[in-house]
Order: sequence, then structure tokens, then C-alpha cells
Amino acid sequence: MSGEPHQCPRCDAPLHRYKPNSLARSWAFMLAALAFYVPANLLPVMNTTMLGSGADSTIMSGVLEFWEHGAWDIALIIFIASIAVPGVKFVALSLLLITVQRGSSWARKERSKLYRFVELIGYWSMLDVLVVALVAALVKFQALGDIEPRPGILFFGMVVVFTMLSAMSFDPRLIWENPQTEEAMDEIISR
Amino acid sequence: MANVEDLIICEHCNCVYEKAVLSKHQKTSCVRCGGVLQRYNGLTVEQRLALTFTAAMLWLFANFYPVMSISLKGLKNSATLWDSVLALSDGPITFIAMVAAISIIIAPAFQLVLLIWVLGYALSSRRSPGFKLCMRWLETLRPWSMLEVCLLGAMVAVFKLAGMLDVVPGIGLFALAALSLMLIRIAGRDVRDLWDVL
Repeated sequence: MSGEPHQCPRCDAPLHRYKPNSLARSWAFMLAALAFYVPANLLPVMNTTMLGSGADSTIMSGVLEFWEHGAWDIALIIFIASIAVPGVKFVALSLLLITVQRGSSWARKERSKLYRFVELIGYWSMLDVLVVALVAALVKFQALGDIEPRPGILFFGMVVVFTMLSAMSFDPRLIWENPQTEEAMDEIISR
Repeated sequence: MANVEDLIICEHCNCVYEKAVLSKHQKTSCVRCGGVLQRYNGLTVEQRLALTFTAAMLWLFANFYPVMSISLKGLKNSATLWDSVLALSDGPITFIAMVAAISIIIAPAFQLVLLIWVLGYALSSRRSPGFKLCMRWLETLRPWSMLEVCLLGAMVAVFKLAGMLDVVPGIGLFALAALSLMLIRIAGRDVRDLWDVL
């Protein structure tokens, strides 16, 4: 790239062939998120005090509570947003990172779609953070009833932020880095 | 070789295509990776600006009216979006309050301000001062603006509390619902068409 302008003449954004240090950054953010994922699920995310008796609840106990009360649909929404989505992101991002590092030409189109899916679902995990915020802001009746956030929610929020940063650092164009094989080119031309 | 102005590069896999003229409900996708290249942009500058002003009004309603109120044995309480952010700010977890504030209050507000600024000038076919910076920030802010998640969160909160006490949705919640849908429409990808028009 030497000799070429390093800024886009149209919008002034820095130019680079691929996102800088894409793989290293993506791995780093993902591993950080993975480390936060443990306390996020083990520590309580909020404390509910009703008429003097208090109880801590974790993300999973919140899901189970809805489930036991018969609200399976709400339980499912929270389960998907808080537990399934981060899990899927860890698996999908690792898969993308490893296949790109191996220069694999396997299922390129499907991997591209997988990456866009990860980007699409990423921020829905913020759901639980916002639920806890709203509920804690509302229920403030001292001894009669009080809900407070607990440190688990901080770690949980970090998981969401870091998995988002990890997905943003990954450059989907790396999937297509190696030259096309003959058959693949023929397939495109014939369409 | 087509003129450079008529070419579009797939941002997901670097394939190069000639731009197509789209009609309603049409979009073009990359044949190699399946990503969307272009989407039909049904809004004129005037329409987008008008919708942005509407969204700005809704933002005010969503932020200054309570999202919901509760009552328990005669005691009442209500919370706005800002109250929810403050509820997270106590103690060692302050950082998450900042993340929440950005995602449900600050990012949407910035998106609206930037849109009004850029579109206001675009109305007279001019580039606003700082046009390049504004357009890049619109792109950067989008993933961090999470109003639709907040809307779903408010609904979950209603169900969570409904078992213990009485919950009444407030004006803020309805404004939030409308605002989150409008932001998806007006602050979406197709703002980049301004690069070509101006």
C-alpha cells in the first residue's frame, strides 16, 4: 500500500486492505468476554427484598422463575437473549476465526452468512441489563419492597460489549482471502 | 470498463459489481457471499428529515415521561429511562450504567442530531460542515443504539413485576416503541446514498 493515500479521499476514513490486526483483536475480545461469562452467570444479577425477606437471583434463576410460574414464553425470550445468544456467539466466532486462520475454503458462503447472523443477534443480549435497570429503578419502597442490581449484571454487560467488539473486529472478507478454486469460479459465472 | 461511480464493492467479500437501479421492495445481493449490496431507498431527503424531527419529538417524550409506573399497597413509583440508568450507577457497577446510558439515551440522541444536521443542509443540496465526520459517526453509532432491545426489556419488566404489584405502562413506553421502529427506518444503511447525491 506504500505510495497510496492512507485516507479515503471521499470520507477521510483511514484505509486498510483488511481491518487492522483483525484476528488478534477478535480473539482477544472474545477471550475477554469468555472470562467475564463465568462470573456473569454465577454471580447474582439482582436482589429482591419483599416485606423484609431478601433473595439474590442469577440470570438462570430468573429464567427458571418465569418457567415455574407458567410464563414459558418470557422464560424462553430471556433464555435466548441472555444465555443462548452469547453461547452461540462464542461458538460461531471461534469457528470463523479458526477456519480463517487455517485458510480454509470450506463453506465460504455459509460462513459469511454465519458472520452476518452473529452481527445481527449480538446486541439483543443487552436485554437483561436493561430489564434489571428498569425494575431496580421502579421498585424502591424501602422495607416494603426493594430491588437492587448486583455485580453479576456488570460482568454480563461486559460479555455483551466484548462479544460485540470481537464481532466488529473480525473482517468477513478474510473468509474469501485465498484465490477461488476453479469449480467455485465456474459456479459463479454459470449463474 | 464501467465508470468507477457506477461500481459497488460487496463489503462482506470484496466482489465488485455494477450498481443497479432498484424499484420498490427490491434489493441486490452478492452472488458470491449472499450479502446485501443495495436496498431500495424509498425516502427523499425531505421525507427523511420530517421523520427525523418526528423521531426527535418522540425521543423527548420517551425520555421525559415515565416508561412505566407501579403501585404497591397505596405506594406509587414511576421510572424514566434516566432513572433506570441511575439505578445501575450505585456502587461498584457504575460502568454498566454508562453502557446503558449510551445504548438507550446518548447514541439515539446523537443519531438524531447528526441526521438533522446533515439532512438540513442536504435539503438545499449542500454538504453540511463536518459532513464526512458526521456520516462516519452515523455508521459508528448504529450498532450501539439499542432502543429496540430496551423496548423488549420494558415488556419483560412488565411481566416480571406484574406478579408482585400493579404495573401501568406510561407515555414513555409508547414513545419508545414508536421511536425504536422509526430509528431503524431513518438511521439505517441507506443514509450513505447522500454521498452520491451531494
